[in-house]
Amino acid sequence: MRGSTDQFDDRARETMLDGNAAAGVLSDIFGADMTAETAQCTHCGNVAAMGTTHAWMEGPGIVLRCSICAEVVIRVVETPEARYIDARGAAYLRLPPR
Amino acid sequence: MIERLRSLVQSGREPAAGTPRGGAPRAEATPAAAQTPPARRPLGWQIATVTDISRETSNVSSFTFALPVFQPHLAGQHYDLRLTAEDGYQAQRSYSIASEPMRTGEVVLTVERIPDGEVSTYLHDVVVPGDLVELRGPIGGYFVWEAALGGPLLLIAGGSGVVPLMSMLRQRAGAGSHVPTALVYSSRTREDVIAFEELEMLAQNDPSLWVLHTLTRSQPTAWTGYARRIDREMLAEALGFLGTGPQVFICGPTLLVESAAEALVGLGLAPGQVKTERFGPTGA
Repeated sequence: MRGSTDQFDDRARETMLDGNAAAGVLSDIFGADMTAETAQCTHCGNVAAMGTTHAWMEGPGIVLRCSICAEVVIRVVETPEARYIDARGAAYLRLPPR
Repeated sequence: MIERLRSLVQSGREPAAGTPRGGAPRAEATPAAAQTPPARRPLGWQIATVTDISRETSNVSSFTFALPVFQPHLAGQHYDLRLTAEDGYQAQRSYSIASEPMRTGEVVLTVERIPDGEVSTYLHDVVVPGDLVELRGPIGGYFVWEAALGGPLLLIAGGSGVVPLMSMLRQRAGAGSHVPTALVYSSRTREDVIAFEELEMLAQNDPSLWVLHTLTRSQPTAWTGYARRIDREMLAEALGFLGTGPQVFICGPTLLVESAAEALVGLGLAPGQVKTERFGPTGA
């Protein structure tokens, strides 16, 4: 909630959700609820719960951005043949223990 | 899009056609899944039956779904709902749970009809009791509250953002919790207020609950509540009722969420005390 959306244009702000909206997709991939788990943003070092990321769900894939620096943390694209996960923007992801 | 998606429900109305087209898995039924502890069980799609539809406002309705596999949820969690058309096209949206977790075997999702939305329009305009849809959940571990977490609680809602907060209030009442709680709830008009009577009743029976309405577009005659957007003064009043150290949950459109969160930080709350959930009017 500390982040500002000033860096986004009106259309981006209008369509912006948060990481909670991606919870189902993320739990499908990681086998656990990820919204309360933390990730570190590669770009600014912010460590925050995945639920606090800013999310865009309406494109061909899902984009989660850091709530502090607005850089991309994770992208997920699902096609009929495969699921693609680009997590370059996360220095790490924390998962619950087995 | 409604025409494309109509087929799922029609096939669902035939008793033998429980599985939607497009190879959707009938999840949660395998022995391996049953042996995994509930908290770690991967969430799968299950086919839920619509058992009741009740209108809340002119564009908001509550849908009750009977679930083959019921997993108790935390207030604030949501379900993903997926529709599949004959040609395999799928549309999926996330809807907050309105019901309290004590209601086992079924879940209530309260959904606002978005004029251009492909899923919400389908639910509102096409679905009738007895229809089948796919649900996955409960989901979410961030924007959640349970009685054991205590209070005080400051709940701030804009429009249908009140839904997950209603689940919290219903759970609070069901658990007999009397942690000091304030709901600051912004609606456009009196007719747009979801669960107005229920909120009145809850507040009347419980001096530790304060419900504060604001109507931003028009107000009935003799309206004694607020008539402007949620602002710092309103939140300060709610904080005064609650005392120190409240947990704050804000759910609504992005602009409301950000202005309320900024006002609260300005009033001295730590960012960690404030949890937010944005919902988007687009695409729902």
